[in-house]
Amino acid sequence: MKFGVIVFPGSNCDHDAYHVISKHVGQPVEFIWHKETDLSGYDAVIVPGGFSYGDYLRCGALAKFSPVMAAVKEFAAQGKFVFGICNGFQILCEAGLLPGALIRNKNLHFICKHVNLKVENSNTPYTSEIAEGEVLSIPIAHAEGNYVCDDETFHQLEENGQIVFRYCDENGEVTDEANPNGARSNIAGICNQDRNVLGMMPHPERACEVLLGSDDGRNIFRSLTKAIAAHG
Amino acid sequence: MKAKVYVTLKPSVLDPQGKAIHHSVELLGFEKIADIRQGKYFEIALDATLSDAEARETAEKIAKDVLANPVIEDYRVEISN
Repeated sequence: MKFGVIVFPGSNCDHDAYHVISKHVGQPVEFIWHKETDLSGYDAVIVPGGFSYGDYLRCGALAKFSPVMAAVKEFAAQGKFVFGICNGFQILCEAGLLPGALIRNKNLHFICKHVNLKVENSNTPYTSEIAEGEVLSIPIAHAEGNYVCDDETFHQLEENGQIVFRYCDENGEVTDEANPNGARSNIAGICNQDRNVLGMMPHPERACEVLLGSDDGRNIFRSLTKAIAAHG
Repeated sequence: MKAKVYVTLKPSVLDPQGKAIHHSVELLGFEKIADIRQGKYFEIALDATLSDAEARETAEKIAKDVLANPVIEDYRVEISN
């Protein structure tokens, strides 16, 4: 089993992801420079958070033209796992691997805090080890996390169970008050129809050690590891 | 030859930055301002040997593939010599 963490110019959560995979997941992991075009040998790639290309034009808009992204599309089409976190989620939306887009937070602020996330679907490679409805405490750190999509896309997401995480209060109630950025229907993370590609704004790689405030992110990586093992 | 590309948020997409600007403009005392929407403007210098139609075709493709995200934005291209 081998993980890869893609590094774009401006990525800054790449080392956090690497740390979690090597230390807590305990699996081999390598950095992948964005100019690489060959992802054979990897079972899962993480598209990490940060400010790829300085967020110029739109968040993730220029990263989608990096050479590695053609390989990521092919990798995803083979059913392998692609996990986008924060800027990684924005990049996957820009690249068309996930539907919708992430726009400026409703209150215009850069928000950096722990939020509660409700697990809406346990039947994904990223959440199989978490009970449906469970509330996770995971930090967000973004200015453009306001998820938008058209009505047709939204209904498809709902019908297919592609909405994986929603912002909620500590009791798991999905309320307007618990929505930090104005995201449609409190959406914090979605997967593609085949469920091998997941994007989320919160940072589970920053929530794997109690010392850092929460280790609720661990079960997401544990689920993914199990899915990779089963995928063979 | 120059292509001017205007990228604007679709009417259905919330524009919190435009709203904040609108608010400031009202605080300054400007009246009867119904709405302000923020967009992006690009100037693309194109080779003078291109015909207007070729220049438009190139600029439209750049706008569609790079400058605008069709999920949330519309674009408009103007060609001038």
